[in-house]
Amino acid sequence: MSHELTLSEIPAIHGAMGEFETPEALRAACQRAYAEGYRRMDAYAPMPVAGLAEAIGFRKNKVALAVLIGGICGASGGYGLLCWITIIAYPHNVGGRPLHSWPAYIPITFECMILLAALTALVSMLAMNGLPKPYHPVFNVPAFDRASIDKFFLCIESTDPKFETEDTLAFLRDLGATEVSVVPA
Amino acid sequence: MQTPEVEEREPKELIPDPGPSSILGPGHTYNSVTQRIAGVVFLPWKRTPKKWMVGAFIAFCFVNLLMLAMGYLFLRGIGIWGVNIPIGWGFAIINFVWWIGIGHAGTLISAVFFLLKQDWRTSINRFSEAMTLFAVACAGMFPILHLGRPWLAYWLFPYPNSMWLWPQPRSPLEWDVFAVSTYGTVSLVFWYVGLIPDLASLRDSANKLWIQRFYGILSLGWRGSAIHWHRYQKAYLLLAGLSTPLVLSVHTIVSFDFAISILPGWHTTIFPPYFVAGAIYSGFAMVLTLIIPLRAWYNLRDLITLRHIEAAAKVMLGTGLIVAYGYSMEAFFSWYSGDKYESFMYWNRMTGPYGFTYALLILCNIALPQALWSRRVRHNIVLVWILSIIINIGMWLERFVIVVTSLHRDFLPSSWGIYIPTKWDWATYAGTLGFFMFLIFLFVRWLPSISIFEVREVVHHEEVSMEPAVEGKI
Repeated sequence: MSHELTLSEIPAIHGAMGEFETPEALRAACQRAYAEGYRRMDAYAPMPVAGLAEAIGFRKNKVALAVLIGGICGASGGYGLLCWITIIAYPHNVGGRPLHSWPAYIPITFECMILLAALTALVSMLAMNGLPKPYHPVFNVPAFDRASIDKFFLCIESTDPKFETEDTLAFLRDLGATEVSVVPA
Repeated sequence: MQTPEVEEREPKELIPDPGPSSILGPGHTYNSVTQRIAGVVFLPWKRTPKKWMVGAFIAFCFVNLLMLAMGYLFLRGIGIWGVNIPIGWGFAIINFVWWIGIGHAGTLISAVFFLLKQDWRTSINRFSEAMTLFAVACAGMFPILHLGRPWLAYWLFPYPNSMWLWPQPRSPLEWDVFAVSTYGTVSLVFWYVGLIPDLASLRDSANKLWIQRFYGILSLGWRGSAIHWHRYQKAYLLLAGLSTPLVLSVHTIVSFDFAISILPGWHTTIFPPYFVAGAIYSGFAMVLTLIIPLRAWYNLRDLITLRHIEAAAKVMLGTGLIVAYGYSMEAFFSWYSGDKYESFMYWNRMTGPYGFTYALLILCNIALPQALWSRRVRHNIVLVWILSIIINIGMWLERFVIVVTSLHRDFLPSSWGIYIPTKWDWATYAGTLGFFMFLIFLFVRWLPSISIFEVREVVHHEEVSMEPAVEGKI
């Protein structure tokens, strides 16, 4: 983008973004920003970086809980379905054997458990992350194209009580960001 | 849109293999691996390798053969195949088991080796997962085509219907319906979850608006947030943890199709473990059959290195030995049981009308692969490739031997029979091979066949020097 937006031209501000060269630099910056009292921020990296989410204060990852619930629902639903079929809906008397033939239910119960748990893993991960989300303000920063390739970004959002556009930009520069910019909302 | 350094996308010279000790060539950066892998997808049509064009065309011809064979089957019924009593299972079930076995290596590489933290899985897991998905698609076709009335295949699923009929969930064949459909779905989910961050990379590297939109929609707006990555990694880990018992259960249930019956040659407890080992054996053979030409055609020798090929060859050797143990135990117990039918079955398997298939099976699956003990053989890529094809054939013969030789001598000699596959059997089989290859060709052309973000992690791990800062003016 050739045209540089000046602060007065930006109608609403999503936040201030700093660009970093390495995952270590980004993580250190996040830790310092958190220590400084910033809370509403997000870090962006082209790959998972150990400890990065924790550095910006993320604590509760509920995906595992959702998957556990999904698995339990799948297993009990599968077992219930088989009981319904073989005992109530379509009972077969096979040589006087019990209708509730639980050993034969194990494979399907197991598969239903895996199926529902896996689908829950996908759906809960996307839902908690708020995806799909085709538009997000951070994409307004032209350099952000590289957030999925080789650059690391920290965005302090304007909803943070401590956010003051000029001060926060200066703070990001102070953290060692190679480039800083304002993110239009 | 910023244009990344495009010259890195298409290296002019042949990139050498860094050898058996490294999983990545020297001098790679986050950007260079991105551009190299995305470069395969963004290669202009005019510069698509000729071999890709020819290969995709041939595969497409076979897809049409499959359509023809299926169309004729729907018209005339399974009488066009060579199956009849006593050999009711024929090619359909042989190919079903063969294809689903091939799929298992993909899950093993992506899930089990992920949990075991095997770093060499990184550059081949995406490709193997795609292979799994396409192999399961081919596998799933066969039991449906074998139904006689394939258009009623939905009767296999339990749903409330006006006939008040329900499938029999005590039958291994019904277990199979759940196992294979779950396996296909979970493999798709696992593959897609792995693709999301890479689709975002493609979106951001695209140089045309419609390409950017195409990958943008597929990437669901992924932006690489640290919190997203945290949940993403947890979901991925859980999917790996779920896929691991799933892959074991699927081939166990496939083996139950045989083992739960009372037929000599099928009714053995060794079937589940030996089927699973055989599945992994054939799957790794198929991975090698496919990635060796792929890395040569697309000049990816520094991303898929001799280290990957050697590791896969070692897995083949190991699982091949488990399979050999399975064969010898089958033979031993048919003799040791003292059962007349069991011992006749095995003697007939080795010396009867289908004896040559058994001899070929031992040659392809046990004798020749022992060459892999030698490091020189494992480092000879052409030899490994030839061996991988031999093992693919051997594993197909294994299923032929298990299905046909066990069925063709019934308990009563008056019910004995011979199964000769017809041209429609072969056409359907060749057609699925073409279908599989065609999907692989499309996949390589349209999606990143190597997991880019995981290779970036390898780059980070190996602390390869970062490239100097690029001027990103805002």
